[in-house]
Amino acid sequence: MTRPSTALKGETSDPAVSAPQDADLSLMLMIRAFELKLLDLYGRGLLNGTTHTCLGQEYVPVAVEALLDPRDHVFSNHRGHGHYLARFRDPAGLLAEIMGREGAVCAGVGGSQHIHRDRFLSTGVQGESLPVAAGVALHLKRSEPGRLACVYVGDGTFGEGAVYEAFNIASLWGLPLLVVVENNGIAQSTPTTRHLAGSIAGRAAAFGIDHRLVETSDVTEIRRTLEPLVSRVRSRATPLVVEFVTRRLGPHSKGDDTRPVRALEEMREQDWYARCAAACPGRFPRLDAEARAHIDAVAAEVMARGPSQWEGS
Amino acid sequence: MRVAENLNAALAALLAREPNLYVLGEDVVDPYGGAFKITRGLSTDFPDRVLSTPISENAITGVAAGLALAGDLAIVEIMFGDFAALAFDQLFNFASKSVSMYGSRLPMRMVVRCPVGGGRGYGPTHSQSPQKHFVGIPGLALYELSPFHDNLAVFEEMFAREEPCVFFEDKVLYTRRMGAVEPPFSVEISGGVARVSLDGPPDCVIIAPGGVAHRALAAMRSLLVEEEIACTLLVPSRLYPFDPPDLFDAAVRAARRVFVVEESTAGGTWGAEVAHLVHRRHWGRLDLPVTLIHSPGGVIPTAAHLERAALVNESTIHSTIRGTLRG
Repeated sequence: MTRPSTALKGETSDPAVSAPQDADLSLMLMIRAFELKLLDLYGRGLLNGTTHTCLGQEYVPVAVEALLDPRDHVFSNHRGHGHYLARFRDPAGLLAEIMGREGAVCAGVGGSQHIHRDRFLSTGVQGESLPVAAGVALHLKRSEPGRLACVYVGDGTFGEGAVYEAFNIASLWGLPLLVVVENNGIAQSTPTTRHLAGSIAGRAAAFGIDHRLVETSDVTEIRRTLEPLVSRVRSRATPLVVEFVTRRLGPHSKGDDTRPVRALEEMREQDWYARCAAACPGRFPRLDAEARAHIDAVAAEVMARGPSQWEGS
Repeated sequence: MRVAENLNAALAALLAREPNLYVLGEDVVDPYGGAFKITRGLSTDFPDRVLSTPISENAITGVAAGLALAGDLAIVEIMFGDFAALAFDQLFNFASKSVSMYGSRLPMRMVVRCPVGGGRGYGPTHSQSPQKHFVGIPGLALYELSPFHDNLAVFEEMFAREEPCVFFEDKVLYTRRMGAVEPPFSVEISGGVARVSLDGPPDCVIIAPGGVAHRALAAMRSLLVEEEIACTLLVPSRLYPFDPPDLFDAAVRAARRVFVVEESTAGGTWGAEVAHLVHRRHWGRLDLPVTLIHSPGGVIPTAAHLERAALVNESTIHSTIRGTLRG
């Protein structure tokens, strides 16, 4: 079974790499710029608490979101900024939430890990959203056929029993549940090889749930592969596990990365950012500069806002 | 009507009235109808909304939360309330928090039903009264089944709160009759609290949730007959948040001596929360500190004679009140 550790050694390749469309590339670059800005703000002591950036994984929600309908529900996790930004393209609302400023999506109560807006919800406890997403999928199956619940989880979450209780129910009851696994090869500081026995594919198979491994970071290719599978989740009301072999370039939270420098360098070489920069040398620098300038402006504007107001519950 | 029938009828009425209500639980469908038969007949009438689940308390509670999130209503039956420990994360970290942690109020209409308590010989992991472990969680309301409170009204109140509720059902109540007290006692209900009293001023007030109310009543009768001690019993439907009506304060003021009875073991209990509230409101007027009456500390044995000795009962209540008032 393919594991991310093999990917990290550069054994997988992106054959037939296609250059992303401007809109996709800009969104990926915006998420990257947002996350880098967060680490910068933290470094300067301007943010409260902690956060988990998705540096290196930006392409996953950008690829997936295009396969979703606004009426689908999306469940995100502690590393969820990319999921939110891919859905709503609202860096100001999210940054205000993280910084506790006016215009915060959730009045500054939820912070980085607890966001709810329309049919998007994130929460900070590993695995607990799987059963909730199954419940929403049950609702959708009966009340809004054709819609699905999409839940993002990491490889580390596969240590939680809630995952398997939800898998069992989703498979038994035929629920339209799309489980997107961002297997970045590491759970906080513990490599997947030290926390996951067997494989994610094997675990899906144990419940009779289809599994698809995605090793490329080419969003066009990803969508081409997944589109018919996601359509089947809708039309047959059946769960699907899509496992992305991806890379977490940044620390788990703020500055807690214990991985060797060389391993990080290897990952950066395989990063979608380097790949896209090489694939489209003409427009990449321009779009990247635009994304950074946009986030700089958003950050300056949000930081000038007053504190968020919360009426309590 | 027996309590179980009243509860079953309440669930049936709610399913008929609310097309978006689901009832989920292990073995709840017919012909089994649940371990205590509370859901008997429901799946026959509502087969697509009364669903037997795998043995997965965490997931069932999470599924209910997902339904609530999507605007549905959900009732979960935990086969034995002891197993609610397996659903604790979904209640403590997700469902209750979701009501407010997203900045604006998010309605979560879900009830987790927990058959609790001993007296049936089910042994240490199937007989506990875990209420105290759920007290004090913001956004989580606790109710307890009682022979004096009509269950349809209680469920309506729980759903109207639009926040997750845990409904504790003492198993020994299922076969008892609704609402009955025998003379010279009479019962009246106000603001969710049932008051069982005698004519004339009481010597003390007993506060007891539904599961121990009949034991308190039996003690009240023997205290009256043998000791001429007159007690008023208050049975609240909602345990937490505990915000008792005027009737409650009037009763405390009239008696100035207060006992709280609960089946759980001592230590961080619901009764301690009630005592704190009574002390805060009435300290200067009380003759004595509020006395808590619990089951003795320890596991709940299976053998009938050992189980009887491990649970708070009529004689524990009688002797504590007599000893406290008469020395």
